[in-house]
Amino acid sequence: MSEKTRYWMLALPALALMMIFYIWPVLNIFGISLTEPEPGFGNYTRMFDSNAVKVSFVLTFRIAAITTVFCLLLGYIVAYTITTYGGRRAPLMLGLVLLPFWVSVLVRSFAWIVLLGRSGLVNDTMMDWGIIETPLRLMHNELGVLISMVHVMLPFAILPMLANMRGISQSHMMAARGLGASEWRAFREVYFPQTLPGVFSGGLLVFVLSLGFFITPALLGGGRVMMISEYISYQIQELLRWGLATALSSALLVATALVLIVAGNFVNLRKTFLERK
Amino acid sequence: MPRSTLHIFFSTGCWMVLAFLVLPILVVIPVSFTDTAFIGLPRDGLSLQHYETFLRSPKWLQACLTSMWIGVLVAGISTILGTLFCIGVWFLSDRAATIARWVMIVPILVPPVVQSLGFYKFWVVLGLIDTHVGVILAHTLLALPYVTISVFAALTNLDRRIPQAARNLGASLPMTILTVIMPSIRPGMIAGALFAFTVSFDEIVGVLFLTVRRVETLPKVIWDGIQESIDPVIAAVATILVAITLFVTVFGLRGRKI
Repeated sequence: MSEKTRYWMLALPALALMMIFYIWPVLNIFGISLTEPEPGFGNYTRMFDSNAVKVSFVLTFRIAAITTVFCLLLGYIVAYTITTYGGRRAPLMLGLVLLPFWVSVLVRSFAWIVLLGRSGLVNDTMMDWGIIETPLRLMHNELGVLISMVHVMLPFAILPMLANMRGISQSHMMAARGLGASEWRAFREVYFPQTLPGVFSGGLLVFVLSLGFFITPALLGGGRVMMISEYISYQIQELLRWGLATALSSALLVATALVLIVAGNFVNLRKTFLERK
Repeated sequence: MPRSTLHIFFSTGCWMVLAFLVLPILVVIPVSFTDTAFIGLPRDGLSLQHYETFLRSPKWLQACLTSMWIGVLVAGISTILGTLFCIGVWFLSDRAATIARWVMIVPILVPPVVQSLGFYKFWVVLGLIDTHVGVILAHTLLALPYVTISVFAALTNLDRRIPQAARNLGASLPMTILTVIMPSIRPGMIAGALFAFTVSFDEIVGVLFLTVRRVETLPKVIWDGIQESIDPVIAAVATILVAITLFVTVFGLRGRKI
């Protein structure tokens, strides 16, 4: 056996498992969408005609985009502070980013329900203090979904930006300062452009994960904010419409792939996904 | 040195964002000690009744146990398969090997509901619906990307000449892998195993699609609990999970320089 064959033999068990039990079933979804309940493009014409589907897709992209913007803004502040001003406190700050990252999404969504519910802690406290008379609607709407989505996705934005910023030498900024630039100008013109790869990486990661997100929107949307994943699950679990569900899944897969292809022009996909830290 | 405006802005903002990240999770702690039968802050005093309910409930304990052993098994299988895979493609390091690495991380990119749909249809054919094997297989596939990413990261730091030297001195390939490569990538393997365990332990969407009644994992019982009635027992379980995570995070960060 040649050396090369032996190396492939090492990789084969995992690769075969992935191809047979993952890639094949996922590709099969396209097949089902064209054959169930009868062969043809019926599911797709129904999908494109449906107003509810259109609403759900627009909603999904909007929520994913808003989540991404907020995660990048808030995450940048954290990543920059940890790398530049962190000092002795940097490990603590990193720990506070990692802790939520490791707590299960289900537990975090539950915490948000406890906080934002109609008789949740936020409403109760504000009513006790006499700030409001009647409970505010903080969840079962887009606001609740957005708050918890940003909470869940923030670490995914922070960590790539942090990895990128650690590789940037402070000496450029210092040189700019020495040459008379204000701190703000040095940051804006010298430091910030160097952090863009990290920003793009984090943004892409958050956007792609948000597009297909299910748990948090399902729990905090309360059936009123149907992102596309929940819409798919609803089609199957309540209506048993496999045809439409698989057509929607195919559309979501294609949409995700398109996002990746477009993003590939200005994001280093390899660094973002393959060599993630 | 006086702090600049920029410094003050970033530091204040950073602490505020960190508070937003951590504080909401901590609300489960006071709620878990409530003396009321519904979700809320303690009224007249602290109570351990919801922890007692948890510890006396066969349903919760069984679910914990199931999630635990499935997680350990998934961590073991995916770490072994993923490590062998990484070593193979690391030796090859050609275009085909890179493509294979991309194939292995596809589960990160595919939306959970979509992949669960795919699993469901195939698992029906294989007769794996509502079986432990079915869940373990699905979780192993979902954990493999994380294992391969961390193990491969460890391998990129390994000098290629070291295993080469072992081979030249007459060590067989299996021997080189076991005695030379694996000891030097152990941190990556441990990180990968930890990731794999967490992926399995927290996984919910796949379990919702693939199990009915016979297999009950902890996330599924929590999910049902949230859907049916918001019972403070969930807060007690959540507190325990947060405490474990806190412990592991502190423990894990201590030995690591950033």
